[in-house]
Amino acid sequence: MKAAASLAFALAALMTTAAHAQNPIPVKIGVLTDMSSLYADDTGPGSVAAAKLAIHDFDPAKHNMKVDIISADHQNKPDVGASIARQWYDTDHVDAIVDVPNSAVALAVNDVTRQKNKVFLVSGAASSDLTGPKCSPNTVHWAYDTWMLANGTGKSIVKTGGKTWFFLTADYAFGHALERDTTAVVEANGGKVVGHVNVPLNNQDFSSFLLQAQASKAQIIGLANAGGDTINAIKQGAEFGITKGGQHFAGLLIFIADIQALGLQAAQGLILTEPFYWDMNAGTRAWTKRWQADRPGKFPTTVQAGVYSATLDYLKAVAAVKSAADGKAVVDQMKKMPSDDPLFGKGEVRADGRAIHPAYLFQVKTPAESKYAGDDYILKATIPASEAFRPMKDDHCPLLTQ
Amino acid sequence: MFEIFGIPSQALFGQLLIGLINGSFYALLSLGLAVIFGMLNVINFTHGAQYMMGAFAAYLLLQYLGLNYWAALVIVPLLVGASGIVVERLFLRYVRNLDHLYGLILTFGLALVIEGLFRNYFGSSGEPYQVPDALQGGHNLGFMFLPNYRAWVIVFSLVVCFATWFAIERTRLGSYLRAATENPTLVRAFGINVPRMVTLTYGFGVALAALAGVMAAPIYNVSPQMGSDIIIVVFAVVVIGGMGSILGAIVTGFALGIIEGLTKVFFPEASSTVIFVIMAVVLLIRPAGLFGRTA
Amino acid sequence: MAAITNPLARAARTGEARSLTVAFCIMVVLLAIAPFVVYPVFLMQALCFALFACAFNLLVGYVGLLSFGHALFFGWASYLCAHAAKRWGFPPEVAVLFGTAGAAALGLVAGFLAIRRQGIYFAMITLALAQMMYFVALRAPFTGGEDGIQDVPRGWLFGLIDLSHERTMYAFVLVTVLAGFLFIYRVINSPFGEVLKAIRENEPRAVSLGYKSERYKLVAFVLSATLAGLAGALKALVFQLASLTDVYWTMSGEVVLMTLVGGLGTIFGPIVGAFLIVAMETYLAQLGQWVLVIQGAIFVFCVLAFRRGIVGELAAALRIKL
Repeated sequence: MKAAASLAFALAALMTTAAHAQNPIPVKIGVLTDMSSLYADDTGPGSVAAAKLAIHDFDPAKHNMKVDIISADHQNKPDVGASIARQWYDTDHVDAIVDVPNSAVALAVNDVTRQKNKVFLVSGAASSDLTGPKCSPNTVHWAYDTWMLANGTGKSIVKTGGKTWFFLTADYAFGHALERDTTAVVEANGGKVVGHVNVPLNNQDFSSFLLQAQASKAQIIGLANAGGDTINAIKQGAEFGITKGGQHFAGLLIFIADIQALGLQAAQGLILTEPFYWDMNAGTRAWTKRWQADRPGKFPTTVQAGVYSATLDYLKAVAAVKSAADGKAVVDQMKKMPSDDPLFGKGEVRADGRAIHPAYLFQVKTPAESKYAGDDYILKATIPASEAFRPMKDDHCPLLTQ
Repeated sequence: MFEIFGIPSQALFGQLLIGLINGSFYALLSLGLAVIFGMLNVINFTHGAQYMMGAFAAYLLLQYLGLNYWAALVIVPLLVGASGIVVERLFLRYVRNLDHLYGLILTFGLALVIEGLFRNYFGSSGEPYQVPDALQGGHNLGFMFLPNYRAWVIVFSLVVCFATWFAIERTRLGSYLRAATENPTLVRAFGINVPRMVTLTYGFGVALAALAGVMAAPIYNVSPQMGSDIIIVVFAVVVIGGMGSILGAIVTGFALGIIEGLTKVFFPEASSTVIFVIMAVVLLIRPAGLFGRTA
Repeated sequence: MAAITNPLARAARTGEARSLTVAFCIMVVLLAIAPFVVYPVFLMQALCFALFACAFNLLVGYVGLLSFGHALFFGWASYLCAHAAKRWGFPPEVAVLFGTAGAAALGLVAGFLAIRRQGIYFAMITLALAQMMYFVALRAPFTGGEDGIQDVPRGWLFGLIDLSHERTMYAFVLVTVLAGFLFIYRVINSPFGEVLKAIRENEPRAVSLGYKSERYKLVAFVLSATLAGLAGALKALVFQLASLTDVYWTMSGEVVLMTLVGGLGTIFGPIVGAFLIVAMETYLAQLGQWVLVIQGAIFVFCVLAFRRGIVGELAAALRIKL
């Protein structure tokens, strides 16, 4: 009797494990990005391509997982983004949302993700609030944020002699935040802000503001803006002979896609901070080549590389926890595992949800120095991971005080 | 050196000059729109997209055919103007006799389609285009550094604006055009081919938009959004100037450039809104705009 | 137009009333069962826009005034309701009323300024006013700038019903929108509505008959603004967020598109148009890059071939009034 019972048990156990081996762990990833407006080149279809590469490199079959991917365009509108996120979580069984450029949309998705206990891997948005007052146990912030940019660019420039600053600030919350963070860094390192001017968002003509910047005689003109505003400011700056007059632009939020749009003639000499450059080492070059199969003629930006990195790390965490259902558990696992990938090197995810890795100070090459398409940056300095991001004690993140 | 309202006079003169230059650009851009509305009674919302096409055409001519800025100045308006003629034949002639609303919505739809297609193909960051060699650099005028290209903009815009105004208000062809707008049947009875005139006029207005686009390419970022960013301002200029009036658009363009320039000095945050405030005020006091015909 | 006492006309109107009632009942039934089939949040979004479009249609279809600035009322009501619900802790019904009242006040001021002009100039004034208020929204601290007001609590309706469940929220939104819709219908089919139509057809004649056309137009404008505000306030609670896109001029353009596609001057047109456009945007978001092109193509197609809109063409084909 006992033997029969234990045999039955053994058989049942065998069958259930066999059955279990037949059911792969389902995971669905949603790339919510901007496909049709301002940030389409910095993120957009390139982010989707990056996510697909991550899934491919992870090799779901090997881990007994089945990974699906969908994507959508939030058109830079918070309500479209929030509504897509909600629908994805409620009816489409999406487990993790990736990318999300535009901080307003990201903050909305951050809330929805926490409500539904899913995972939000944000690499597109810049707001450092996502690991600050709005931090969440379900969110990991990858690639960059305003603090890193302000600190990286600001500190390095002041240390290499750029002591006096004048800001061209886009007149909205993001621009002001960028200016405020950079001012704090500049002054803490012995520099001085001699003036600033608030420029309306989407302003086309910067001549008047550039005149004011020239009159201030500041060594560095800080561009506390993004996208088209930055491009126009730099293009017209070249026209007005800013660099020839001895002043330098500091791009506080700028991607390689913007440099390509400007052309090296206009952008040469620009100083910026990015944690990723496609031509950094053999690993990044090899990855870029594979990425370019989907996006010929373009070069991957920090955001798109961040999507790859974050997705890969997430999938590894899901494999370790063996399920994607509990978002908080997966994120906790990500915080336990150190990360390592060919694009960002070694790093980790901190308790506040901030993924840290080294950052680099670059200067844009002159047309003469550039030997091939995409050869745009010279490496000026490396900022180690421990210094690149805001220290946790300054976060004001509610998670840390619990 | 003396100070006016806390701003050194030198700086102020510099800003006024910049304002004048911007104003000339606005005038050039609104000219096409004013011509089209004045002559055809069509509100051409596609104007912004056609301006963008002009800038992109200049870029493409340089990139693929090696044709420089000066060649582009001549070729691009012809090319884009031709596309305008196609648009008129295919779409616009069906809405000319309807309420203004339909023309507006139709051209708005076309603008979205054009912008969307360009964005899908070129991406949204933009394409590089440099100031032509002959116009590089600038001169230090004492109170400011004036880039040569900006000086060129103001001279060229003035010439084009004057030539257009003269052509429409002072030549025989212009008088046929104005007559055809007021009373097409009668003008047709005189044996003048009115539909063809209408088509060519639309093409001309579009060519003016494209010309402004070529002018803009070296200094403003050549991106698919560049049209929609500027279309509202251009509209405001035409409305304030008076929707039927060429002279109104020109004068308002310059005036607005100067006012905007001054606002950028004294109250920069409001420099994008000032044009709407002026528009609301003008429309309340003079319903047909400053130089317009009856409402 | 035939005098109201003409018996033939009265008979025709009863026939009209019948087709309208039937259509209304069908609509209510469909909307009642819809949340069990379709995602409720999408339906609520479509309902809010349907009310917005109906409010807009009141002004353009029945008074003949095309406004390019309706986003002003929609968006500001959204902000006011969100602020009241989140920062002052108002219960949802009071927050919605607060937002709607704000829109009515804005409508009074804007209408007072804009009504003096007609046609394209009226449209331009409304656009100018809307753009000015957009910049105010961009810079005012309470709106949260481009982040918007996030995390708006839905609260408990009348202190009893928890609105955080999608189905109960849907019921609330549906009832409110239907009430708004019926109100519009009542306005159109009242003596006041008849005068509005008279003004649209021939204003000088209406004035010569002794009607103060300016006052009628102003009242219609304020009503339109108020109902647009109601739609905006509801939307803030549905999405629990109020943002700058609600006050930007492209939102005004969207409502024009919805009304045009549905059918200008028809009763059910704006509702159909709103549902169609919202569906298109939601389900086409997956197509990413083509949304803009498709929207533009629809505009072009509607103007060239489909001027009466879907409901308009349907009504003409079936020879009924919709």
